[in-house]
Amino acid sequence: MADDFLFLTELLGLKVYDLKGRRLGLVKDAVIVPLIHPSRVDRFLVGGGWAWLTVRYDQIRSITLDGIYLKDEQLTPYHSDEYMLRLVRDLLDQQIIDGQGRKVVRVTDVTFQIKQEAEGNVIDIIDIDIGLRSVLRRLAQGVVPPRLIRRVQVLIPPHSIRWEHCSIIEADPQRRLRLNVSNEILERMHPADLADIVEDLSPDDREAIFESIDSEVAAETLSEMEPDVQASILESLETEKAADIVEEMSPHEAADVLAELEEQTSEDILEEMEVEPKAEVEELLEYEENSAGGLMNTEYVALPENTTVAGAMEALKAHEEILENLNTLFLVDANEQLKAAIPLARLFTASGVTPLKELAPDTLIHVDVEERQDRITELFDKYNLLTLPVIDAEGKLAGVITVDEIISLLREK
Amino acid sequence: MIKRFRYQIAIFLSVIGPGLITANVDNDSGGILTYSQAGAKYGYLPLWTLIPITLLLIVTQEMSSRMGAVTGKGLSDLIREEFGLRTTFFLMIALVLTNFTNVIAEFAGIASSLELFHISRYISVPICAVAVWYVVVRGNYRSVEKIFLFACCLYVTYIISAFLLKPDWKEAAIYSVKPILMFDTDYITMLIAMVGTSIAPWMQFYLQSAIVEKGITAKEYVQSRIEVVVGCILTDVVAFFIIVSCATAIWAHGPRDINDAADAAVALKPFGQYAYLLFSAGLFNASFFAACILPLSTVFTVCEGLGFETGVDKRFHEAPEFYWLYTLLVGLGAAVILWPNFPLIKMILASQVLNGVLLPFVLIYMVILINKKGLMKEWTNSAAYNAVAWVSVAIMIGLTLALALITVKQMMPQARIAPAVSAPLAQVQRYDSGRHAFKADVHESRFAHLFRQAVGIGKFTN
Repeated sequence: MADDFLFLTELLGLKVYDLKGRRLGLVKDAVIVPLIHPSRVDRFLVGGGWAWLTVRYDQIRSITLDGIYLKDEQLTPYHSDEYMLRLVRDLLDQQIIDGQGRKVVRVTDVTFQIKQEAEGNVIDIIDIDIGLRSVLRRLAQGVVPPRLIRRVQVLIPPHSIRWEHCSIIEADPQRRLRLNVSNEILERMHPADLADIVEDLSPDDREAIFESIDSEVAAETLSEMEPDVQASILESLETEKAADIVEEMSPHEAADVLAELEEQTSEDILEEMEVEPKAEVEELLEYEENSAGGLMNTEYVALPENTTVAGAMEALKAHEEILENLNTLFLVDANEQLKAAIPLARLFTASGVTPLKELAPDTLIHVDVEERQDRITELFDKYNLLTLPVIDAEGKLAGVITVDEIISLLREK
Repeated sequence: MIKRFRYQIAIFLSVIGPGLITANVDNDSGGILTYSQAGAKYGYLPLWTLIPITLLLIVTQEMSSRMGAVTGKGLSDLIREEFGLRTTFFLMIALVLTNFTNVIAEFAGIASSLELFHISRYISVPICAVAVWYVVVRGNYRSVEKIFLFACCLYVTYIISAFLLKPDWKEAAIYSVKPILMFDTDYITMLIAMVGTSIAPWMQFYLQSAIVEKGITAKEYVQSRIEVVVGCILTDVVAFFIIVSCATAIWAHGPRDINDAADAAVALKPFGQYAYLLFSAGLFNASFFAACILPLSTVFTVCEGLGFETGVDKRFHEAPEFYWLYTLLVGLGAAVILWPNFPLIKMILASQVLNGVLLPFVLIYMVILINKKGLMKEWTNSAAYNAVAWVSVAIMIGLTLALALITVKQMMPQARIAPAVSAPLAQVQRYDSGRHAFKADVHESRFAHLFRQAVGIGKFTN
């Protein structure tokens, strides 16, 4: 056999021969033990007679399409254990996450690479096959000779995913550990992609993923989801974990999510939260959902009235984490009254000693926390705003509404 | 307290949709014409089927929605995960073929409703096929859906019509509870079609996916269940009035087959000159609505079951199987109608029979799945549920076998067998009447005769 690959559909039903060339039985399943090796087939389950036997990878001399020849006949009966991932039982026809294509796919077949090692052949999983080609193999399996299938299938373009980009889905946390399921692939993805994937999964699987991934990633992912999905996920999680995730979200988003939940659940989660984010979130929760207060977030930079450009630069260095979405600075007086809004870009063309006040545009546009939503969108449209400051009844700066919030709002309509 | 109450209502409104939409799609062109045919040909006789049909409809729809809510997965996904690819594949082939005839039926409904106004099918069908394709793929389907749902109020015309026609309510009531079974091909075919149109296999797939897509979980499921049950009852209330209208307006003046839309529109004759308009509008709406949902649901089911990429938000090259299959279903479904002299109404009725034949197999998988503890946890079926489901499976398979047997018997070449049967029989009669003087009313079945000939007995003439 010149080819060095083998499909799971071909492996199943291969005859297993002992040292004297007697047939022991047929391959029924293959096992990997991820804790020992992430891709090597560790054991073959062979059915012959009444019981299944286990053949270890190091008991095999050769694997070809013509059969598996052993070099060691000391076989043990099959016992299931929690550390094994049985390919037919646990992988075939199940859903897995394709980390590179960023979607959920269903396993139709598995491709192995046959490796020639010093003492015999070893097979490693290299690809997970999806698509029409593997469907053909599954349908013809056991009916059409494998070599003929191989010749026919080249007519159909292949569709496979590298095994190292796959993440299996396992809802049971204990088993996740034993199967060494890592979240690395998921945590490396863009939160928006991860959100799409998670929305495709069943509630149990969603919960499992949110239970196990890093709270920060979970928070970012959750912010990308639809409000009703957010609510159902948070409600399914342990209160403590839910609180950890909500803490990592921006107070504005946290308030939005909590408002979606049943009152009791949302109170329980608030209770579990740290004091500081909790106070801010509770404050935001007070506002009507469709008012300026409900739309605003509290991630803004407010500086004293007399700050210079150089002083502002210094202040920004201390707040690296919000720079990405920052486009406006605010000036407040000693009584926290809003005085001016300065576009960030102005800072770059001014000298370091210029007071910020001088860079402010003539008109200062702001709204009250009670302001209605349609009036706010109107303002954004009219003045081409990126950020709109919101002030409370006493004239203090309470928060800001950013343009991305307005975009989401308009898209919902 | 008030807040709690408002919350409850909000939940109910948010889960509303899948059940009622499914119920309305249920009375598609196949539904309207099958019930019309039943009433026109057999009068009040078939009314008794509606109670068991409603029961079975509730049981199946409730099972699909429960599975959707608890597992968060579609029916084809579950079949694939639990029974493997090969089973899924063959079930999907059967489903595609059956649904294809249903798509044809929807376009036939469109064509025949517009032919009432002398709009040629060569104009109406291509335009509607393109419209269906466009509405669904370009994604403004959601807004169109509301128009359809609203237009479903047209079914009320049947209820009004039934009252205006002054049917024999006593008889209608008696036959609603009095089962009548006849071993007649047409009657059995009609029974299967009535079950098949009310409990179409594709709807189980559609409903389950709709529940999953709506994000309804086991917790909110109780509200959803109410909606499903209400939807099922509505479906069959409409069916009842269609049958009664047709029985009074058509059957009472002489039982006959429905051959075209004009025949069926007679049921609305109390509306006088508007009868055609109302019937046509109702049939058109039902057909177009279902023509939007049915091919799309089929493609989703198949592609999910076989693991192909799906979704109208994907580009063509991202989900080629999805788009090809969808386009083929709509395109071919419409093209078949354009075949010269294609028998529209016969096709519609035949597609419903196929539904009825496929149904028990889908049911079998559903019942096995829903009883798996690992899948459904504490939400598995109760014994009563299983009993209803299994009895229905047995009855449907029984009816299908009976139909197959009768059909095969009828398909035996008549010309060759008929004389062969009569010849020896005649001799038997002559022989016997001479000997025992007993009046020959001998009747021998064709099979018995063939059997007798084969083993060489019964040659009475020496």
